[in-house]
Parts: sequence; structure tokens; C-alpha cells
Amino acid sequence: MQSKKGNGMTVEARETRQPWILLSPALLVVTLLLFVPLLFIVVYSFWLRTATGADQVGFFLDNWQEALGDPFYRDILLNTLKIAAITTVVCAAAGYPAAYFIARSKGNKALLLLLLMLPFWVSYIIRTMSWINILGVSGALNTFLMWTGVINEPIQMLYNEATVILGLVHFLMPFMILNIFVSLDGIDRNLEDAANSLGATRIQGFREVTLPLSLPGLAAGGLLCFVLAAGTYITPLVLGGPTDAMFANLVFEAIITQLNWPLGSALSLMLLVILGALVLLYNHFLGMAQLMKGLG
Amino acid sequence: MGWMLIRMWAILVYIFMFLPVAVVVLLSFNASQFGSFPMTGFSFRWFIELANNEAILRAFRTSIILGGLTALVSTTLGVLASLALIRYKVPGQNLISTILIAPILVPEVVLAVALLLFLNFLSINKSFALLLFGHVIFTLPFVILVVQARLVSIRRDIEEAALSLGANPVQTFFQITLPLLLPAVLAGGLFAFTISFDDITGTLFWKPGGVETVPTQIFAMLRNSISPEINALGTVMILLTVGLPVLGLAIARWASMKSGG
Repeated sequence: MQSKKGNGMTVEARETRQPWILLSPALLVVTLLLFVPLLFIVVYSFWLRTATGADQVGFFLDNWQEALGDPFYRDILLNTLKIAAITTVVCAAAGYPAAYFIARSKGNKALLLLLLMLPFWVSYIIRTMSWINILGVSGALNTFLMWTGVINEPIQMLYNEATVILGLVHFLMPFMILNIFVSLDGIDRNLEDAANSLGATRIQGFREVTLPLSLPGLAAGGLLCFVLAAGTYITPLVLGGPTDAMFANLVFEAIITQLNWPLGSALSLMLLVILGALVLLYNHFLGMAQLMKGLG
Repeated sequence: MGWMLIRMWAILVYIFMFLPVAVVVLLSFNASQFGSFPMTGFSFRWFIELANNEAILRAFRTSIILGGLTALVSTTLGVLASLALIRYKVPGQNLISTILIAPILVPEVVLAVALLLFLNFLSINKSFALLLFGHVIFTLPFVILVVQARLVSIRRDIEEAALSLGANPVQTFFQITLPLLLPAVLAGGLFAFTISFDDITGTLFWKPGGVETVPTQIFAMLRNSISPEINALGTVMILLTVGLPVLGLAIARWASMKSGG
């Protein structure tokens, strides 16, 4: 490329300045609407909400003592992590064979992926609610079972931990399948053939070659499922019972219902630190690039 | 044999994904006055009731305006940033990418709380503006990812040819880069619109009293009981959220065919 002088600036100078002009609006927005607010709630979590409803500025550890010490919060946090873990394992176990099928299918892979993405585009609240139509007292399953005579009275299947997990699995399954697919699709199929021709059975070939090579995709899908499940707010409200609150519901309670904003800040930060640690761990071992592949 | 099992399993997974959605669509045409089985006949009555429901129509209007503005702002910011990241060598590229993607990595509840409390501290109360800010921040990373993925495939030499033939950078951008970029811009915009249109978690934190978007309206209606109207609304939403991206893909393909890409 030739530098054009007399234009005020050389092409090289423009090349170094221009990207920053292009980047600055987005960087400014992310800084002002994400990073500064996050720093702000760190400070805010040390303030104190007084009985009069005003915030007392200062350095108080009360909110943190309550958030970390109260068994009520601890139990719900542990339960939230448990629900997220079960959801992730179910998504991985059920999603892996499906992803394998798509990756190895001789048919139209693009069509299979598009079909997988269709429910993904359907509104989250509609998808969550749709389980009421299936499992509710007058839902499809009860109607069917009563029609066949298996049961005489409708069974209460909804509003428990299992239906919360069911709703989450349904919501997160496409994330998992897509990520596993991306890494399975990138594996050279000759490797598996080579293993087979060297005497490995198909199962051995899969266990020794394909599975290890697809682990990055499995991990990326797992991370997304876990983080999204652990931050869920709506699913337990729609499909869970009164005792199935998850951690995000506590945050909403503290902020919107009780208006105890300093405590809500501390609770939010707790969730952020735990889930952020997972993301950092992932980044350390596998790097962000793998995650971006599955998202893009 | 093993392959047969895998195939059957995959079919079951697809049924699991589609069944609930299919049931919503089926029930929305149910003539029965309860939104449940058994089906008593085929009818459009719930769609008619839906069309006459003032609250839902208002929610639709809010969602469309919010989604449209979000798409406009996010896509503008996202396309500029993606151009910089793909077309130029920027020092600290990885760090910048991670910063721009960060809103996806932060749980939405935490993002919602932080933004709400910080803007409240600056005396910006719950308002439409807060909703817009919030929707922009969490759609931006998705726009950047989508636009970047498309940008990589646009060859740079066409722009260089225009520049060397005497076009200035602004002319080159509007006459060469932007038309080539159009499918990416449309895809990013539609993606932002769809995510904004679907959001509920952040919206519940940010929305002022009395303002409802379609998802928060559905959520409020669910509190009573699941009425067939909700199923009809679900069917409309499915047509919208599935139809729009498919339309977007079609436009993108048409545009790229027209430009000979």
C-alpha cells in the first residue's frame, strides 16, 4: 500500500488511529453500563440500609455477614448450584448422542442444525410455560393417562424441583448440542478410521479418539449451561413450587421487594464471584476462543 | 446397530425440543373455554380475543419500539467495533474482545442489579431509557459475535482496489464496504431485536411500573391461570421469533446473491 502524503496524514497513521475511533463507542458503552456499575455495587455492598430507608454511606460488613453467614442464603445457594449441576449433566448426557448424530449424519447437517435452532428462537417464557400445558393437571399427559385408564385422578406433576430442572434442560439443550457439534465436526474422521483399522473396536475408537477430542466443546457447552442455569430467575417462578426459589430469586426479593439495595448488591456479587470463578477457570485451561466458536 | 440407537436417541431429543411448542400451537386453536385438553374443536376465537386485548397490544407496541431501538444502537456500535477488530491490527486485541464480550459472561441478574443501582445513584430512575440501556448492553456482544463471523468472509482487496483507484475512506465505506456488509448488519440487527424482544429477567428489574413488554405481560398473566389467550399469544410470538430470523436469512442470502458474493 502506498502512503498518500499531502492528505494531512499518512495511511499508516490513519491505520493506527482509525480502529480506536471505531472501537471507542462500544468500549465506552460497556465501561459505563457494565464495569462502572459493577464497581459501584462493590462499594454499595458495604453501605447500610437503615430503618428509615435511607442508605448510610460507610464501610459496614453487615451485608456480607448476612449474605455469607445466614444459613437461609447458604442453603439456597447450594441448592441453586445443585440444580445447575444436574441440569448440566442431563444436557451433556442427552445432548452428546444427538450432537454426534448431527456431526456424523450423511443427511443435511445444516437442516438438522436449523431444526435444532428453531425451538431456540421461540420465546423463553413461552417455552417455559408450555410445560404447564403438558404436565399440568389438565395437561396433555394427565389427559392421556386418564383416557387410557392408567390413572383415574389427575396426578400433580408440576411445581417441584424436577420440573424446574426439566424446564432448564429444555431451555439449555441447544447450547450444549451446538457446542459439542462444533468440536465433533472439527475432528478429522480419518483418525477414527485409523483407530479402527489398527484393531480398535468402534467403542474403543470412540472412547480413545473421538471423545477426548470433543471434550473442549463439551466443556464449553457445560460452562454455558451451568452459568445460565445458576443465574435463572424465571423458571423456578413458573415451574417450581413455593420452596424451589433459586439464588436469583433472592436477589430480586432483596432489590425489588425489600428495597434493601446494599444487601442485594452483596448477594449479586456473591453469585458473580462464584460463576465468574468458573469462567476464569475455563479461560485458564481452554481459552475463550472455544466458547466464542459455539456462540457465534 | 449402535448407529440406529444414536439415531433413535437423536429423534427423541428433537421430539423433546419440539413437543411443548407444538402443544402451545395446538391448544391456541382449541375451541374449549379452558386452555387445556381435551380439544373440543377448532377455532380462532382466542386470536380474536387476543387482538382485542388492550394490555397485550400495548405490550406489543412497547416490545417492538424497544427492540427496534435496541437493534439500531447495538448494531451501530457492534458493526463499528467489529470492523476495527477484523480489519485492523489493534494492540491488545484479545483483551478488547473479552471486554466487549463480558456482558454475556456476567449473569443477567447481576448485570440488571448493577445497572439499576448505578443509574439510580445518578438519579436516573426506572424508565424506558434504563430499559434501552440495559437491552443495548446485553445484546451488544451477540451482535459483535455475529457480525465478526460474517465480516471475516468479506475480502479486503475490493476495498483496497477502491482506495487505490482514488476513492477516499468515507466513499469506500459507503459505496463498497457497507453494501458488502449489509447481510452482516441485518443479521446482527435481527439478532439484537429478537434477544431484546425475548428478554424477561433484566426487563423485570428495569421496567417502570405500568410498562409491560410482551414477555413480562405473559408472565403477569401466568400468575392467574394459563388461559387459552396465552397460547394464542405464544403462537403469534412463535411465528414472529421464528419467522423474523428466517426472513432475515432469506434477505441476507438474497442480498449476497445480488452482490454476487
